[in-house]
Amino acid sequence: MPTATEEKGVAERSMGFGLRWLSRLAGSDLLDRIRIRKQVERALFSGTKNGFRTATAAGRTFGAAQKLTGPARQATGKPRSLFDLTPDEEQQMLQEGVRDFAAAEVRPVAAKADAERKAPSELLAQVNELGVNMLGVPEELGGVMHEQAAVTSVLIGEALAHGDMGIAYAALAPGAVATAIAHWGTPEQEATYLPSFTGEDTPAAALALLEPHPLFDPLELETKARRDGADWVLEGVKSLVARPTECELFVVAAEAEGIGPALFVIESGASGLSVEDEPAMGLRAAATGRLLLEGVRVPKTALLGEGKREDYVECVQRARVAWCALAVGTAQAALDYVKDYVNERTAFGEPISNRQGVAFAVSDVAIESDSMRLATYRAASRADQGHDFGREAALARRLCSQKGMKIGSDGVQLLGGHGYVKEHPVERWYRDLRAAGVMEGALLV
Amino acid sequence: MINLEIPKKFKPLATQANQVATEVFRPISRKYDEEEHAYPKELDMLAALIDGMNEGSDIGGAGAAGVRRESNGADEGNRNGSNLSTVLGIVELCWGDVGLLLSMPRQGLGNSAIASVATEEQLEHYGGKWAAMAITEPEAGSDSAAIRTTAELDGDEYVLNGEKIFVTSGDRADLIVVWASLDRSKGRAAIKSFIVERDNPGLKLDRLEHKLGIRASDTANFTLQDCRVPKDALLGSPEIDTKAGFGGAMQTFDNTRPLVAAMAVGVARASLEETRRRLEEAGVEIDYDRPALSQSAAAARYLEMEADYEAALLLTLQAAWMADNGKPNSLQASMAKAKAGRTCVDVSLGCVELCGGLGYGESELLEKWARDAKILDIFEGTQQIQLLIVARQLLGKSSSELK
Repeated sequence: MPTATEEKGVAERSMGFGLRWLSRLAGSDLLDRIRIRKQVERALFSGTKNGFRTATAAGRTFGAAQKLTGPARQATGKPRSLFDLTPDEEQQMLQEGVRDFAAAEVRPVAAKADAERKAPSELLAQVNELGVNMLGVPEELGGVMHEQAAVTSVLIGEALAHGDMGIAYAALAPGAVATAIAHWGTPEQEATYLPSFTGEDTPAAALALLEPHPLFDPLELETKARRDGADWVLEGVKSLVARPTECELFVVAAEAEGIGPALFVIESGASGLSVEDEPAMGLRAAATGRLLLEGVRVPKTALLGEGKREDYVECVQRARVAWCALAVGTAQAALDYVKDYVNERTAFGEPISNRQGVAFAVSDVAIESDSMRLATYRAASRADQGHDFGREAALARRLCSQKGMKIGSDGVQLLGGHGYVKEHPVERWYRDLRAAGVMEGALLV
Repeated sequence: MINLEIPKKFKPLATQANQVATEVFRPISRKYDEEEHAYPKELDMLAALIDGMNEGSDIGGAGAAGVRRESNGADEGNRNGSNLSTVLGIVELCWGDVGLLLSMPRQGLGNSAIASVATEEQLEHYGGKWAAMAITEPEAGSDSAAIRTTAELDGDEYVLNGEKIFVTSGDRADLIVVWASLDRSKGRAAIKSFIVERDNPGLKLDRLEHKLGIRASDTANFTLQDCRVPKDALLGSPEIDTKAGFGGAMQTFDNTRPLVAAMAVGVARASLEETRRRLEEAGVEIDYDRPALSQSAAAARYLEMEADYEAALLLTLQAAWMADNGKPNSLQASMAKAKAGRTCVDVSLGCVELCGGLGYGESELLEKWARDAKILDIFEGTQQIQLLIVARQLLGKSSSELK
């Protein structure tokens, strides 16, 4: 069976991702096309109702479609010589496309998705159609990006989260699994799992690192993987996993005996794997749940890649950048919203924005959201150029956690009592923005 | 193509500036902190060196004179020019000593003003000289539109009268750029800047201030009494254009605020680096991969401060980069100045706390940096003024709506 890549001409491949994306998005043509497909998509993505505790989804059979001699990897970009804050042309097109999409399709359904704890399946299918979940997949395996695309991922995450952070989490979570396998997987793992992410019927999937205990440190995992003959046996609990009942594939972090923290690829339906509902303060559209591993036995080939510590640490770092991107988009949404509100709301005979006490708070939201953005871009850009970016990811995370939380709080404060009620979206952003400093794993750039 | 690393072509300049900071500034830092008003003569040779670096260089120098805006930058693709290189040079030099940077001959904010708005003829006439900036008056600080110094045309000369305070390097400079009003009834549009030679008999030095920090830099107060300057000493257009308003005079700030932000970034970095070294000696390692809150309180506090430092640096680079590329940047310049100013104070004081008695005592420079820092959140527009500018721009407010 020819791979997707082989079917395409060299010229088309070299056109890069942006143009292809744009041609998909341009005009109503595309959206109409997606809408016509709604029924099909609905059947594919029909949501499983969350029970109290359920087995994981039945899932498909993943099988290697082709043999690879070595792992396929995206190249790191050439070091860039000049300071530049302008996205390249392709990125600009993607950014605009996703922004429009987020404004037209995501924001209008965000409140409902939050209340119902369910992102509309058609919407998730649409986002997936845009190709966002294959950004980390190398071209040889049907991906569209020749080079690493952390900056592009950040721009997309930011734009999508401007619509809604919870929906963005739900929509982008499968991509983290594809990216993890593409970055660190063995040739067999790549050949087995990646093709399903580049087609149309892509699986829901989740990268599970976080555990539900205080002072969680992704480098000190309580989830353990012990060796038993030729197998690994995993025990532990993972927290705030996106749409776990629908996932067909998990990549789970565990302290591996004799190795240290490492990632394991586990297909849904594995014995001992179950899901418990875990509603949270925010990110509710992602229908978060716990993943319970009770004596989950997997073959030794389930260890992702060679279980190298540096791969795992890089995974932690890339996830932090991805969450920063979502926080930046959400903070920008809050800024845009309060700007209009304080100009329109009058008190004491004039707009409340005429008061320094109000206006300066808006200035600070702008200053700190720009701080968050630049720090996040720097981390992502270093990743794409193959530089170490642990420091930059950590600093971006500090900013997005603390300033993001403050922006969420000020967003509500500036609307006063109106901010506290669900008539306005600021209370949702207050809840969602707290996630940026809490989440580990789950998303990747 | 998004990239927030320091461009390779500026690395030699940054290295050079860092060497100057290490070899020249740091060793005399404490000396001129103690001997306020003594002239740091070590800087004369250095200034000549920097003039040499600036000469014929597309990169621009480490000083304040390099911030002339290129009007055609926008069409040529991405540019990394003199605004960015100047910011980078200043960060390094202020990592050494901000007071000494402010005392650098021919690198005053007056030079930035001249570089920003002077005609080619004026540049030629006043180039190579050291220019200080005189805006503030006893009754007009942040509200620079309220200045009372007047300039009256008399034949081929303007006659200046008024009082100016807080003039950095005012005693040492060759030129003072003085803000004065052509017609006080016409408000801010009538405010123009004039180049006054330091030896002008109408310019009388009243006193030098004793300050909390930046003591190496002298701060002069002047009286202008029938101070006559030639007609072409006026910078920019002599027309009182009430529509364009304050634009001409304020344009300088779009170029100079990133420079002051860069000073703050440099001081913050000095404090952070020294503190990190001291913490590591004390057995506290900063780990970027482990969550901050799983580390010691000292490490967590350090990470928090370093994150703010990173943001201040990047906002400053952004503002300078926009200036290099001919993009309007007054919003970003003020955001950078606000963030860097408050970060510098918070970080340098926080570092004193982390280092305890060692930080507070005069055996180290940490306490000095914490004193130096405070001015950076005040001059070239206070924190509050920056927030005001940012808010007015974001919310589309006039100065009469948002006061």
